[in-house]
Amino acid sequence: MELIKNRPAPKAKAADGVAVHDAEPVNSPERRELYHKREPIYPKLVHGKFRSAKWIFMILALGVYYLLPFVRWDRGPGAPDQAVLVDFANARFYFFFIELWPQEVFYITGLLILAALLLFLVTALFGRVWCGYACPQTVWTDLFIAVERLFEGDRNKRMRLDKQPWSFDKAWRKISKHAVWLVIAAATGGAWILYFHDAFAVLENFFTGQAALTSYLFFAILTFTTYTLAGTMREQVCTYMCPWPRIQAGLTDQQSLNVMYRVDRGEPRGAHKKGESWEGRGDCIDCKACVAACPMGIDIREGAQLECIGCALCIDACDEIMVKVNRPKGLIAYDTDLNIERRMKGEKTQFNLLRPRVILYAALIAAVSGLMLFGLINRSELELNSYRDRNPNFVTLSDGTVRNGYTLTVLNKAGEPRTLDVSLQTDPMMRMRVIGATEAAPTRLAVPADTTQDFRIFLSLPPEAVDRASEDVTFVVTDPATGETARTEAVFITGEGGR
Amino acid sequence: MTKETDKSPAGEKPEVDAYSGVDTTGHEWDGIKELDNPLPRWWLWIFYATIAWAVVYMIFMPALPAPPGFDGHTRGLRNHSERANVTEALAELQASRGPMFARLQQAAADGGIEAIERDPELLNFALAAGESAFGDNCATCHGAGAQGFIGYPNLNDDVWIWDGTFEGIQYTLHKGIRWEQNPDTRFSQMPAYGQDGLLSREEIAAVADHVMTLAGMIEPTEAGRTVGTEIFNQQCSTCHGADGTGDRTIGAPNLVDRDWLYGSEPENIRASIYRGPYGVMPAWEERLDEEVITALAAYVFLLGGGEREAFTEAALDPAISGGADTDGAAGR
Repeated sequence: MELIKNRPAPKAKAADGVAVHDAEPVNSPERRELYHKREPIYPKLVHGKFRSAKWIFMILALGVYYLLPFVRWDRGPGAPDQAVLVDFANARFYFFFIELWPQEVFYITGLLILAALLLFLVTALFGRVWCGYACPQTVWTDLFIAVERLFEGDRNKRMRLDKQPWSFDKAWRKISKHAVWLVIAAATGGAWILYFHDAFAVLENFFTGQAALTSYLFFAILTFTTYTLAGTMREQVCTYMCPWPRIQAGLTDQQSLNVMYRVDRGEPRGAHKKGESWEGRGDCIDCKACVAACPMGIDIREGAQLECIGCALCIDACDEIMVKVNRPKGLIAYDTDLNIERRMKGEKTQFNLLRPRVILYAALIAAVSGLMLFGLINRSELELNSYRDRNPNFVTLSDGTVRNGYTLTVLNKAGEPRTLDVSLQTDPMMRMRVIGATEAAPTRLAVPADTTQDFRIFLSLPPEAVDRASEDVTFVVTDPATGETARTEAVFITGEGGR
Repeated sequence: MTKETDKSPAGEKPEVDAYSGVDTTGHEWDGIKELDNPLPRWWLWIFYATIAWAVVYMIFMPALPAPPGFDGHTRGLRNHSERANVTEALAELQASRGPMFARLQQAAADGGIEAIERDPELLNFALAAGESAFGDNCATCHGAGAQGFIGYPNLNDDVWIWDGTFEGIQYTLHKGIRWEQNPDTRFSQMPAYGQDGLLSREEIAAVADHVMTLAGMIEPTEAGRTVGTEIFNQQCSTCHGADGTGDRTIGAPNLVDRDWLYGSEPENIRASIYRGPYGVMPAWEERLDEEVITALAAYVFLLGGGEREAFTEAALDPAISGGADTDGAAGR
C-alpha cells in the first residue's frame, strides 16, 4: 500500500487536451491480497492496430467455432458427411479428410504435444500472445465486454452506472446485457454439442426436445461456464485458475518480445503542459490511459507481471496519447528486457529472435509434425492384432498334438468390405484352423466395410514337432485384391519343459 | 479485514487477534485463543443446497422407512422402484436378443453347427452368448476357460467320455450326467471296487499296473501281468474294452489315451478303482432356456474339441498349414 499512498495525487491534467484517467491498477502487487474480494475492472475502449487485430481474430475464432459443425464433407454412403465430427457412438473421429479410429488416439496426443510446443515457441518469442488473442477465455470475455459497453457505455459511464441507485434506465441496461450474455453463452454451449452428432439433426432434435440427455447436459454446463467465466469472473480465471501464467514465466527470457513500458524513455513521469520543454523528463505524462485500457487491471509501467496477458491494448492506448502530445509512438511497445537495459547504458539495441530455445522448440515442432504427417500418409487401412487364449494356455489332444487358441482382430478401415486370406510364418509343421471358415476356403476371412472383426483361430503342432517350450508365430493377412498385408506376432506355447 | 461486528451475548466487543486481525470466539485453552473465521460462503451455499436436495429427494423418491404393510418404505411421488427397473431392463434385453436367438435355433435345427458357422453374424452371437452363459453356469466346475480340473473334464481338448458331436453336447447339456432327477440323463456307474470290498488293495494295485501298462505309462510288472490282466479281463473289459479303449455309448473312458480325468499318478488311478468315480453334471434343461443351451453347445463345440465327420485337425489340407508362406507373400 505504501507506494500508492506515497504517490502524488493525480492532477486534473496530464497534458493539454489529455484527461487524466482516475484509474488505479486493481491488481498491482501492493494491492493484491489473498482472499481479496474481486474489484470490478472497467476497461476503456481503445483504438489502434492491436485492438483491430483482436477484433479480427475474435470474429475469425468465433466464426470457426460456431460455423464449423455445419461444413459438410462427402465421405460416400454409410459414413457421416460432417467435416468435423467426434462420433462417440461409433468410436470414430472425422476431421475433413482424416478419419481416426480409437486405436489411433495417439494422433490426438501428438496434436496436443504440437499445440504445447507451439505455445512454448510463441511464448518464447512474443510472451503471452496466446492469452491476449487466442485463448477462449480472452475471446469470450472480450465479446462480453463489448456487449457490456453496448448497453452500459464505456468505462466512465459504466462506473457511474454501477454507483447509481437502481432506476429504470439502470435496470433495462443491466437486464439487456445479461440477456445478451445468456444468448451468447447458450449459443456457445449449443455449438459444442453440434460437434458430436450430425449438426442439422441435433439442431432439430434439440428444439423439439428429442436430443440426448447428454446434449442438454453439456449445453447447460457450457452455457453456465461461459456465462460465469466470461461474464462475471473474467480476469480472475487468468490470475487464479489458469496455470499458464506460472509456466509462462519459465518460457520467456531477457530477449523475449513482451508488452513493455519503456522505462528508459518514460521516466521520470509527470504532467506536461503544452509548449513546456521535454528536456530532463520522461515521455510518460502519467495520464493512466494504459491502466484504464487494461482488461486485467494492472499498471504495465510496473514492469512484467503475472497478470499481464500480453493483449497490447495498453500500447494502443498509449500511442493515441503520444500522438496527441506530439511525442513518438511506442512508449509502451513490444520490447525486450535486454534492449531496455542496453538503451539505459547507451548501447545499441538489437533483436535476437533465433535463440537456442527458439531453435529447439522449432526443431521439436518440425520433428513432431513430420512424424505425424508420416504416420498419416502411411496410415494403413488394414490392421491386425492377435490375442492368445490364456486359460488354458495350451491344450494337449489325445494324440499328443498341442493346440493354442487365438482371437485374431482384423481392422478394416476401408470403406468397402474385404475378403482376406490369413497365413502363417512359423514352424512348417504348424497347422491352422479358422472357426467359421468353409472347407473350400479354410483361410478366408470376410470383414465388412469400416469395422473391426474378430476371428477364432486354432494352431496345432503334432506330437513329433513338440520339442520346445514355445514357438514364435506371425499371422499375416493379405487382401488378394489390393495386395495389402498386415501382420502380427504371437507365441505358441507347448508346455514342454514347464510353463 | 477486521470485523467490528459485535457477536458476544454480553454485549462487549469480541477481542481481535493482533496478528490476523480476526475476531476471537472468546474460547481459550492453555492460552491459545480460537479465532472466529466463518466458513466460506460458497461452502455454506453448497451445504444448504444439499439439505434442500435431501428434502426434495425424500419427497420424490423412496426414502423413509414405513410401518409394516406399507411395503417397508415410502413410495415417493415418482413411485420409483429399482426392482421394477431391473425387471423391465431384463425383459427389454431378452426381447432385443429374441430375434437372434430365434435365428440360432432355426439354424441349429436345420443345419446343426455347420449352419451356425456359415453365418458370421450368427457365429459371433453364439460364441458371445455361449461364453457369457458358460461363465455364469459352467465355469464353477469346468473353469473360466473350460480348462477343467481333476474330476471335471477339460472341454478344450478332443477327449470325450460320452459324445463330442454338436448334437451329443446338446444332449449332455439338456439331460445332465448321472443327474438322477432326470430319467433321460446319461448314466453309467463304475463299481467302487475297494470301498465295496470287491477287490483287495493288492488286487487293485495289480489292475492299476495293468492299466498303466496298457496306456504305455510303465513297463509291465509281475503283478500286473498276472493278477492285473485277469481281473481286468473279468471286471473291466466289459465296459472299457479288452484293449482299454473304452466305450462312448456307455460313457466308459478310454484308458489308453493321455487324458486322465481323475489324475494320471499311480495313486490317482488306484484311488479311482478303489472308489469308483461318480461325476455328476446337472440337467440344464431344468434351468436354462433352449436357446441358451444351443449357444452353450456351440460355444463348447467350438472351443476346439467338437467332433464331426470331416474337417478335424487330422483331415486338414497340408496346403493351408503353416510354413508354406515364408517370404510373407500371399497366403496360398
